[in-house]
Amino acid sequence: MLGIKRAPTVYLSVWLFTLICSAALAQSNAQSNPLGQDTKTQNSMAQRMQACTTCHGAGATAQIGRTANEAYFPRIAGKPAGYLYNQLVNFRDGRRHYGLMVGMVEHLSDAYLMEIAQYFATLDLPYPPAMPPKQGTTAATLARGQALVQRGDAARGIAACTACHGAALMGVQPAIPGLLGLPRDYIAGQIGAWQTGMRLAHAPDCMGRIAKLLTAQDVDALSTWLAAQPVPPNAKPAAALPAILPERCGGMP
Amino acid sequence: MRWLEKLVQQWLDASWVRRALLGICGFFAALLVAGVALITIELVAHNDLLTLTSGSKSINSPIQSSSSAANDAQLQRGAYLAKLGNCAACHTARGGAAMAGGLAIHTPFGAVYTSNLTPDAATGIGLWSADAFYRAMHEGRSANGRLLTPAFPYANYTLITRQDSDALYAYFMQGVASVAQPNKPHELRFPFNTQIALAAWRLAFFNAAATTSTPKNAANNDHMTLTLPENSVNIERGAYLVKGLGHCSACHAQRNALGATGREQTLSGALMPMQDWYAPSLLSAAEAGVAHWPREQVVALLQTGVSASATVAGPMAEVVAKSTQYWSDADLQSAALYLQSLPQSASAKPPNTGQTNSSQYQRGQALFGQHCASCHGEAGQGLRVEGSVALPALAGNRAVQMHNTTNLVRTVLAGGYAPSTAGNPRPFGMPPFVHVLSDEDIAAVVSYIRGAWGNGADSISTTEVIAQRKGLMR
Repeated sequence: MLGIKRAPTVYLSVWLFTLICSAALAQSNAQSNPLGQDTKTQNSMAQRMQACTTCHGAGATAQIGRTANEAYFPRIAGKPAGYLYNQLVNFRDGRRHYGLMVGMVEHLSDAYLMEIAQYFATLDLPYPPAMPPKQGTTAATLARGQALVQRGDAARGIAACTACHGAALMGVQPAIPGLLGLPRDYIAGQIGAWQTGMRLAHAPDCMGRIAKLLTAQDVDALSTWLAAQPVPPNAKPAAALPAILPERCGGMP
Repeated sequence: MRWLEKLVQQWLDASWVRRALLGICGFFAALLVAGVALITIELVAHNDLLTLTSGSKSINSPIQSSSSAANDAQLQRGAYLAKLGNCAACHTARGGAAMAGGLAIHTPFGAVYTSNLTPDAATGIGLWSADAFYRAMHEGRSANGRLLTPAFPYANYTLITRQDSDALYAYFMQGVASVAQPNKPHELRFPFNTQIALAAWRLAFFNAAATTSTPKNAANNDHMTLTLPENSVNIERGAYLVKGLGHCSACHAQRNALGATGREQTLSGALMPMQDWYAPSLLSAAEAGVAHWPREQVVALLQTGVSASATVAGPMAEVVAKSTQYWSDADLQSAALYLQSLPQSASAKPPNTGQTNSSQYQRGQALFGQHCASCHGEAGQGLRVEGSVALPALAGNRAVQMHNTTNLVRTVLAGGYAPSTAGNPRPFGMPPFVHVLSDEDIAAVVSYIRGAWGNGADSISTTEVIAQRKGLMR
């Protein structure tokens, strides 16, 4: 009895299976692939994010997480998603002004920018080797850089970089970026942009406040020291800070 | 009048040479007087204050006469009309408060700063009456009587009906948050910063459309018929949208040396001033004419930013992102119907100069393989995902072969994404190559794609790329 009753169901299942498979095959034929990839690869975030890679690296240059020919562009792979999202929105909404980036994200929705941020946050790519200090850098400069990064300068109201960016300087989830593995010129350029008001973050803009307290020598020292630090293998943003932030910062959840 | 008689007598007594000279002088003096008179009339005619405060001038406004609060339907309609007109694209600065103005519009005559349209009494249009608002739209004149610069496209908005103007007014007054933000003075060069120059410009290039004083008697007005069948697909409605609120001619029509587009709104394509973008001709199948497209593809392009064969970029991406994606189906269909009805000029296909053996072409071919083929395909066939264009085909692409190469070079230099829209929420993008390829490389690769796979366009020179790279870095 059981077998007889089941038979039509089995036939139906087989028939349905065949139908679905042939429909699926027809579908993939319709999207026959000019680029030697399957449909899934074409319709992926990786394919959508090809536009980012000539500057920020991936594919052939993935080994270093950024392009080889331009020391200025920051690595974005593995940075906290909240930080990347805030930056994308800042470019779109007029708090950051690099024309090429503004042009890229100008008409993209919040939801898509979040998806982009999450995509790059999950990329796990090896870091580039540390950048040796430029010729003529004195030991005093390096020491000054290290001191500012690790201890700050309480007398001038400057918190240590590590107080917010994590003891390992690899950033903190979900919205504080790492400071290692970045080109020296990029770090110095960003602090300069904060000093002149060209780069803004959500208010209260704590990084802008601190940047304005730094002298040119401070910026040179800390960017040189930061860029010279090797990134430990498997380094990741910290899950949380051990203490509360030294001051209130916008754009934090 | 004795002096005049004396003057005539002297002229009659003079030699014929002097007579001729004096006659010419007199003719030009008369012309000057007439010109000054016309400009004066233009400056002072209807130059009355139209504000809510006095009450005396602001009559016949349905918003005031019925009740101070517009009904929800009118507000909703106003919000929709503001989308149709893309008011926010200019009146909302990047990251700024909605409709509070402050965005710089760079023109060949200097920068114009958009004004605060929020209902703030001191800095916005809070004290404007519906009459004043309509006069600004229809005549390009501010509530205080000043002539507005034609960067505000009143040459288009003059076509909109009083009813639509009132709905927009209701939306700006009650649907937009009040923001106190003083208007920035324009930075126009002399003499373009004077009211006299604007009056002269208007005499030469602007006529307000036939007026409708109130919606009651507007049924007799020729514009009215354009707005009635809104939910049906209608070519007149399409014309009203394209020529009026849509202000397509602001970019797609050629401007003369004084920045006027001409009353006919001929959408024959134009280089956009100060922008390094070319708004292609809507009258040519070789550019952006859509007469031969299936209508649903025209609608798809305006609604989602991508069609079966094209994707929007640059200023048109902004138009789709901020305006056309929100248009109703009927309005998109109507606009498409009108755009398809535009007379198409015969497009002479440029002869392929066939320099496929040149060293530039071969260099371009190699660069294409290295940088472009992984996305656009070895044969320039592009990539389609789920039936629509993800990455455009370059083979047969008219944007690639267009005579004006501004957009093509710009796209290779600066890249960009199609806009996120409801119909295409996760668009694909093109990387910028400005930091990767030299000017010679870009000229080579652009020349290659213009000539390869049966494409029939001529090559470009490195100087074209140099000029645009400079513009990009400006």
